[in-house]
Amino acid sequence: MTIEKTAKTEKTAKTEKRSSVFEYAPAPESRAVVDIAPSYGLFIDGEFTEAADGKVFKTVSPSTEEVLAEVAQAGEADVERAVQAARKAFEKWSALPGAERAKYLFRIARIIQERSRELAVLETLDNGKPIKETRDADLPLVAAHFFYYAGWADKLDHAGYGANPRPLGVAGQVIPWNFPLLMLAWKIAPALATGNTVVLKPAETTPLSALFFADICRQAGLPKGVVNILPGYGDTGAALIAHPDVNKVAFTGSTAVGKEIARTVAGTRKKVTLELGGKGANIVFDDAPIDQAVEGIVTGIFFNQGQVCCAGSRLLVQESIQEELLDSLKRRLSTLRLGDPLDKNTDIGAINSAEQLARITSLVAAGEAEGAERWSPACELPSSGYWFAPTLFTNVTQAHTIARDEIFGPVLSVLTFRTPDEAVAKANNTQYGLSAGIWTEKGSRILAVANKLRAGVVWSNTFNKFDPTSPFGGYKESGFGREGGRHGLEAYLDV
Amino acid sequence: MPTTASTALPLKDVTASNSSLRRYLHGLPGVDAVGLEGRAASLGTRSIKTTAKAYAIDLAISMVDLTTLEGADTPGKVRALGAKAVRPDPTDRTAPATAAVCVYPDMVAVAKEAVAGSTVKVASVATAFPAGRAALPVKLADVRDAVAAGADEIDMVIDRGAFLAGDYLKVYEEIVAVKEACGASARLKVIFETGELSTYDNIRRASWLGMIAGADFIKTSTGKVAVNATPANTLLMLEAVRDFRAATGVQVGVKPAGGIRTTKDAVKFLVLVNETVGEDWLDNHWFRFGASSLLNDLLMQRQKLTTGRYSGPDYVTVD
Repeated sequence: MTIEKTAKTEKTAKTEKRSSVFEYAPAPESRAVVDIAPSYGLFIDGEFTEAADGKVFKTVSPSTEEVLAEVAQAGEADVERAVQAARKAFEKWSALPGAERAKYLFRIARIIQERSRELAVLETLDNGKPIKETRDADLPLVAAHFFYYAGWADKLDHAGYGANPRPLGVAGQVIPWNFPLLMLAWKIAPALATGNTVVLKPAETTPLSALFFADICRQAGLPKGVVNILPGYGDTGAALIAHPDVNKVAFTGSTAVGKEIARTVAGTRKKVTLELGGKGANIVFDDAPIDQAVEGIVTGIFFNQGQVCCAGSRLLVQESIQEELLDSLKRRLSTLRLGDPLDKNTDIGAINSAEQLARITSLVAAGEAEGAERWSPACELPSSGYWFAPTLFTNVTQAHTIARDEIFGPVLSVLTFRTPDEAVAKANNTQYGLSAGIWTEKGSRILAVANKLRAGVVWSNTFNKFDPTSPFGGYKESGFGREGGRHGLEAYLDV
Repeated sequence: MPTTASTALPLKDVTASNSSLRRYLHGLPGVDAVGLEGRAASLGTRSIKTTAKAYAIDLAISMVDLTTLEGADTPGKVRALGAKAVRPDPTDRTAPATAAVCVYPDMVAVAKEAVAGSTVKVASVATAFPAGRAALPVKLADVRDAVAAGADEIDMVIDRGAFLAGDYLKVYEEIVAVKEACGASARLKVIFETGELSTYDNIRRASWLGMIAGADFIKTSTGKVAVNATPANTLLMLEAVRDFRAATGVQVGVKPAGGIRTTKDAVKFLVLVNETVGEDWLDNHWFRFGASSLLNDLLMQRQKLTTGRYSGPDYVTVD
């Protein structure tokens, strides 16, 4: 009787158990909200124009390799025209009362908010990052930056540089492809607030959002020539930086290019800020809040497919909790959803370009060749586009290439330490110094360790959190100068 | 079949004294509130559409502990609730039954009769619910009364006063005693009243304390205080049952209760389950919603998916 009853219960339980698992149906954001033209010109002196030599290049969607648009490629003649337009505009723009400049910046910020869905979809298409990130991180931060620096425009007397600090003149700005519109905001918002005019070169793989921004400048009624956008490759950027009538050079990108820029401007009166590579250490102590540390590690290295200069690409974990933490981390990585960047449930999108994918692939191969242990969750990669599965390396030492070189991809190197001193020594033992993270429930340890870390940004119990009020920049080969906050004004003032 | 908490209590050695229990609970990893709430919020942005939504709605209906816990409860009210639990949507027989009805002990017999012959269980709150401010013998009598009347599940409250005073052993011993009073037949849900425990560290400690003492389910709240189930405290408790199973092999269920009123909310909780503990818990044996008004919203959304139109509150039954 008892046996029969048990059998029956089990059978009922089995039939009641739902067959399908909880699989999320596709939830794509609509592409129809953005209207991409077949071709785009350069934006010089308030007008879209073709390149002087008529050159164009194509920009593709990294998730599908579909060509999105043809874009004019600026040459030296175009750089000349753009710098002249910016020079001409500088006189009136810098003479405007700060409150008037602020009006334009507030207007731009509001238009960005109004068009944020369109811009988020555009950025996702052109860059390959998930819509979740462009919607919830990139675009809100872009608007916030313009709002923040709009607020400074009429308060420069109180920024700590004495009364009436003067702008520098024409700023030549070169930005990378990892956060195209956000890097533009970091560069343009403080430049305009302080009274400079701008010639900006977006990256060749992601020119579209900068060109949409040009349209926003027109929509906001920004005077002609104050903002000029010159899409192009490295040679365009080099010509811009070398131009004798550029007073200020701002660059975000690789350390190799940063060094070249430093050589170019050496001996000139140009003021320079460089925001370069990084190999951020994310330090997890044994008294860390483990579940939140796991989230922080994931955010640290898999946000934007790890294509973040301040990524927490080195995990330094205290030996006593290594096993427990790695188990949790692996379990968590298995839940990451890789695929169509326009799907609202996608966590990991596409790598930005074939070139970047090749770089990641070769560095990962070096990691394996040098004896580190590679692990990735079971994860199917789409057949077209540029993709790389989230990857974890254990048994990594300071001597491994993957512990020293910036990979700029979804690849985490796991190292261990025994004492706080060892953690600090290993964290600082890098040519870079952009970011670091500290995970511990002990407040005094956070303060003590943070003081010893040679990194421009130190997060505690969080990672990759950004705010326009907070200065950002590097130590050592991660560059110099600060962007964001009150400190960010200095880079654009003659002080 | 996963193991259920039964005779041999796991981690028995940590309960040797109040100080050993305290050392153990305070040795659990801390909780960073900002990070926990951030994770819960980020899972809340999952977009659950079409087939996934249909699956989630039916799953949620099957997980509801349809609840009435009012001084004004009458046999008539409880019978109506029972009928609704058995057949939530009289116009659509494909709508699943709820998991249980949840009533006060004196209504158990009525509820039992109302759901007789169905899969719907009868859960009863006990132990001087909701305050739990009564002597242990009174609480145990309350439990035995409900079990004798046929309750399949007992929802007990812990002594928050003792917990906050650091007397973990007292809380532990009470849960053990209540579990014993439940006998072999009734599953025990332990309510922490997370709104009164106040900190996430406390909620994690209470979760482990409850599981060590033999809880079959851990439950957020009574629904009678200002803060009840939230995505963050439920996520934390899901992490606790996940880690407890990894440590002991014993699987424990989770029941958020109070404040979950819409389909949208319920789906967010199911996403938390799916991405924290996975499909082993996506079943009403291991996850429940303590709710009353939620069911009608689930039914309205279900009708919308089936017919393509919104019907309105007059097309679902009031309890």
